[in-house]
Amino acid sequence: MKRREPLNNTQLLTTIAVCIFAVMYIAAIVTGVQGFEKFQMFFDLLNDNAYLIIISCALSIVMIGGGINISVGGVISLTVMACSIFLNNSAPQNALGIIVTLLLALGIGLAFGVGQGFLISYLEIQPFIVTLAGMFLSRGLTTMLSVEPVKVSAQTHAAFYAFRSNKIEIPFLGYIAQNGNTIPAKLEIGAVVALLVVVLSFLMLRYIKLGRNIYALGGNQQSALMLGINVKRTRFMSYVISGLLSGIAGFVFLMHKPTGNASVAMRSEMDAIAASIIGGTLLTGGVGNVIGTFFGTMILATIQKIIGMSKLNDSWWQDMASGALLGVFILLQSVILSARDKAKAKKAGAVSIAKG
Amino acid sequence: MNSKSKNGKKSALGQLLIPLTALAILLLFNLIRDPNFFAIKVAVNNDGNSVLSGNLITIIDNASALAIIAMGMTLVTAACGGQDISVGAVGAIAGSFFVKVLKSGEEITAGSVILGVLVCILAAVAFMMFNGTLVAVFRIQPMIATLILFSCGRSIAYWITGSATPQLNSPIIRAMGMTIPGIPIPTPIFAVVLVGIILSLVFRFTNLRLYTQSVGINQGAARLNGINPTVIKLLSFVLLGVCVAVASMIGVCRMAQLSHKTLLVDVEMDAILAVAIGGNNLGGGKFRIAGSIMGAYIIQMLTTTLYAMNVATVNVKAYKAIVIIVIVVAGSPVIKSKIAALSNKMKSGRQLSTAKGVR
Repeated sequence: MKRREPLNNTQLLTTIAVCIFAVMYIAAIVTGVQGFEKFQMFFDLLNDNAYLIIISCALSIVMIGGGINISVGGVISLTVMACSIFLNNSAPQNALGIIVTLLLALGIGLAFGVGQGFLISYLEIQPFIVTLAGMFLSRGLTTMLSVEPVKVSAQTHAAFYAFRSNKIEIPFLGYIAQNGNTIPAKLEIGAVVALLVVVLSFLMLRYIKLGRNIYALGGNQQSALMLGINVKRTRFMSYVISGLLSGIAGFVFLMHKPTGNASVAMRSEMDAIAASIIGGTLLTGGVGNVIGTFFGTMILATIQKIIGMSKLNDSWWQDMASGALLGVFILLQSVILSARDKAKAKKAGAVSIAKG
Repeated sequence: MNSKSKNGKKSALGQLLIPLTALAILLLFNLIRDPNFFAIKVAVNNDGNSVLSGNLITIIDNASALAIIAMGMTLVTAACGGQDISVGAVGAIAGSFFVKVLKSGEEITAGSVILGVLVCILAAVAFMMFNGTLVAVFRIQPMIATLILFSCGRSIAYWITGSATPQLNSPIIRAMGMTIPGIPIPTPIFAVVLVGIILSLVFRFTNLRLYTQSVGINQGAARLNGINPTVIKLLSFVLLGVCVAVASMIGVCRMAQLSHKTLLVDVEMDAILAVAIGGNNLGGGKFRIAGSIMGAYIIQMLTTTLYAMNVATVNVKAYKAIVIIVIVVAGSPVIKSKIAALSNKMKSGRQLSTAKGVR
């Protein structure tokens, strides 16, 4: 990485994402969009989008390594469906069932990660096609398990229902209701898991050998090979991690909304890709940062919430707004990066002329 | 479309080997499973015209829109090294323009249909130019650039049509989507043939193939040799736009109605799949449109076969995924080189044994 630069491209794009999120959120508070004056709104954004944050991290890791994974949404739907069916058929009071469910979710994610990673890195098949097949397979298996929605309720599995209702309460960020009681801000377990995933992925990418190798692989595969990096294994591991994270995201989704359904997390892979891009990850690989991805997800979530809360409550507007937002971000990134490249080229040219 | 040199023909056959084999296996499988699968009968449709009917006709007919989009997608893939995932959404927009024009008059006449076709093509080309500009001028990865229209395209289509599902009831529309009276073959098949012939004529008489491939293989080298990569990339998107417009008109006319949510839904994934099954490199460069067309027919035949085997509609995806994985694994470079090494070994082994025999 270029250390002499005050900010490298990754950091610059991340900073832009953070600033835009802050501006958007403050604008929502100032213009008085309903609910944004409470801290709970921020936590609600986290609670509702925990699964999206996790798969966005998964996508970022794969994209930094120069690949793509569009099966994450399908894996979530399969995980949620399989886990709901399992919970409904196991003993309602058994707390052990929760652990087995978690293992089931992780297992499904891992299986898809390992399978896809093997096909992509060791058989050298194009990642888009492999993960597209993965998406078809997971969606198809979901409907094979059940076409009808499968709901986990307090009657069918009491232990899980009690577990998912646990919320972390933060009193000093709460608000005072009309009757004078202080209602504490509530954070779901899933949101904590999502934040944990962001932090761990960040640390992994920054400080662990595998993470550094993923950056090197995405930056230039040939150079990575020359440096003695095991390119195939690194790529394989990036897909395994993303598969595992999709499994975790599936479990988080189940905790937030305990109903298995064929349309669960539909098109969420595209939202995750969009969030990664807004956060400054480039599809070409080698550039990116999961902190940026986190804010990218939050930007998407905020704009959808604002539209949902205002009178334009229509999916039509949400689509248009996210499309327009994405367009602005992509153009902005392209313009900024090319301007920087040009400036750098000019500088280099000037230096060489001065030397000559 | 074949290059004249012997070497070129050989490599072309190598690229088409996997799709051809897949197609042959599927045909054989159906023949064994149900010998009547390929029976073609002459039936009389609701309008009183005699038309050909049978599974084979259904497959070729239903794959039309996909095959046309796959042709355009091949060009974009070759020139830009990426795929357009907004084709379904742009198709919905183009279709809604088409319906808007047809619905503006009292009655659907030949004149209004011609105007509608023109407007439809123009709209699709305009929206594809938006994608193309992002890709060619702003140098954004195609998949990212087309993500914009992918996420908001169908909303734009909804905005244009206003109501949910406008109906089109006219003999001209039926002729365009089903069959022309007196001709027993479904009209969409002619559209595929027409687009195919036009593209092959373009490749025969211009340097477009060479230019597209060189831009896809090495953009910088192409530019130094006097090819303008921006123009070539834009041109590939314009051609894709035309293809998408034709496909969307087929979709609208076949259903005789427009539903912005279901018109050409998920066609982008199938089209990319068709391009990959056809043996084209998704990273750009050399391409073979015949392969993509074959890929489209393979996908449709797979779907029809699964339906014929009474697999539920919702479960088709899972089986499809397994077959796709088998096809791409068979076509993967590692497996190919392993097989080549194995056959070399066997050949040399045989030579060795014959040599021993002589001794």
